[in-house]
Amino acid sequence: MTTSVDPALTPSLDVAPKRRLTPRAAFTVALLLVLAFLPLYATLTGDAFVLTLFTRVIILAIGAVSLNLIMGYGGMVSFGHAAYLGIGGYAVGILAKEGIASGFIQWPVAIAASALYALAVGALSLRTRGVYFIMITLAFAQMAYYVTIGLDRYGGDDGLPIRQRSQFGGLIDLTNKTAFYYLCFVLLLVCIYLIWRIVNSRFGLVVQGARVNDRRMRAIGFPTPRYKLVCFVIAGAMCGLAGALLANHTNFISPAMMHWTRSGDLIVMVVLGGLGSLFGPLIGTATFILLQEALSRVTQYPDLFLGPLLLLVALYVHGGIQGLLEGRRE
Amino acid sequence: MSSAPLTIERLTRRFGGVVAADAVSLDIPPGEFHAVIGPNGAGKTTLIGLLAGEIAAQGGSIRFNGKDITWLPGHRRGQLGLARSFQITSLFPTFTALDNVAFAVQAHCGHSFSFWRDARRDDELRAPARAALERVGLASRAGLRVDRLSHGEQRQLEIAMALAAKPRLLLLDEPMAGMGPEESARMVAILRELKRSMTILLIEHDMETVFALADRISVLVYGRVIASGEPEAIRNDAGVRRAYLGDKEAPAQGARHG
Repeated sequence: MTTSVDPALTPSLDVAPKRRLTPRAAFTVALLLVLAFLPLYATLTGDAFVLTLFTRVIILAIGAVSLNLIMGYGGMVSFGHAAYLGIGGYAVGILAKEGIASGFIQWPVAIAASALYALAVGALSLRTRGVYFIMITLAFAQMAYYVTIGLDRYGGDDGLPIRQRSQFGGLIDLTNKTAFYYLCFVLLLVCIYLIWRIVNSRFGLVVQGARVNDRRMRAIGFPTPRYKLVCFVIAGAMCGLAGALLANHTNFISPAMMHWTRSGDLIVMVVLGGLGSLFGPLIGTATFILLQEALSRVTQYPDLFLGPLLLLVALYVHGGIQGLLEGRRE
Repeated sequence: MSSAPLTIERLTRRFGGVVAADAVSLDIPPGEFHAVIGPNGAGKTTLIGLLAGEIAAQGGSIRFNGKDITWLPGHRRGQLGLARSFQITSLFPTFTALDNVAFAVQAHCGHSFSFWRDARRDDELRAPARAALERVGLASRAGLRVDRLSHGEQRQLEIAMALAAKPRLLLLDEPMAGMGPEESARMVAILRELKRSMTILLIEHDMETVFALADRISVLVYGRVIASGEPEAIRNDAGVRRAYLGDKEAPAQGARHG
């Protein structure tokens, strides 16, 4: 970071940014370039593992990006977001087992099922606030988790292998690792673009206004609960897509996909990267997964080191890694 | 039935044993600047809460432009053209001044289930918001984040947000609260300007303001209107002087009720 910026002039989340290549923008562009050329690197070096690892980063980043929509922009801290990964995954896995391999059916079902689940959870949990909201979203996710454990036909506790990835009638072959990687990458970019449009639209401003001062929004004349609910459903649907991708990536579904620790990981990824920033969740996910991967090579207990790191970020860095790149400190 | 924008009849509200509004009746004709004064605990805030729909009445009625709104929820009253400013500044601190006012405009532009268009480049929202900022003298601060505005400016912004709702009646809840003399003077000038074009009900502590601006004044004590009339009449009303203003001190000399 070469420039020191007067904090009063720092463009904030809610103020239109100046058109200048900030360290933050430069980092984001660099990361996107790395992601765009990763398959080339993997082919040249013959390192297939790096492609698998980054496919995982990108899929989970879609989940984190969707969580950021409700948590970062909407102020709704959902502690059950992994449930959508599971629902999206199980939609693909169950349909595959029942002989419906077409992605044109599987993926819309994954998205619709997640949206429906979000509608039910949101309708009930959005009546509460703060800790209660967190606990209710967690409780629903745990319920979904135990339901999948009870699905004996689909592997129960052990999970279910998926023999055939989603079929798109020759349009794209998901067994081709590079093709699958690029599909995930494009979908991630589409999701980020959608969120960018949404948060700056009238709808998005209502949701953000409700985060900052819900009481005033209602006094002005916005029935905020219904806007928040729609936002919650959009995020759920988006994460359901990530679940469908994840099932295709691992060729396997299991209740562990929606374990509460996975929901916690998603929150960590968002906070680590930068709450309420467009690319923050992607940066957070990449950092989290790569650190976890690197640490697990040198120690048996990667969380022992990840934990303190997160603590430092939470205590000293306002706005996660994105905030750090901006030179914002608390 | 009168054609007054606001007619309050025998409005009553108790909190436990305390009668915060005791059969309050007021009649505010179009274009009037009406002030309600009263000592602490007189029920001023309760009255504004009742009018804004944040507190439910236990008796009496509120008619707004001929329509009974006694049981309407707050946001419906807002849509009918009743706008309020808050006593305690309640803004969106991380948004710009213009964004704040645009919120108020947007609330009156139908539903907000619009997901695609950039609302910050939407003239339907931005132009009226700019106009409202202009009216309170904040045009030059439009692009600044609200938490960087001074207290006085934030109070001005409160008024702009109420104005942006294109109100037929403006409820102002102690707009001078916590202001220094200079800021107060600026606010008085703004209110004097607004007075020419709209009906205003002002709840205020600051005597100077009230006597300088109001066409009529109602004095509230223990939830009851003990006098209502033109400033001169209120100033000379023996009951008011005894109950509220203090016997010796004349309000025009700038007495501020603490």
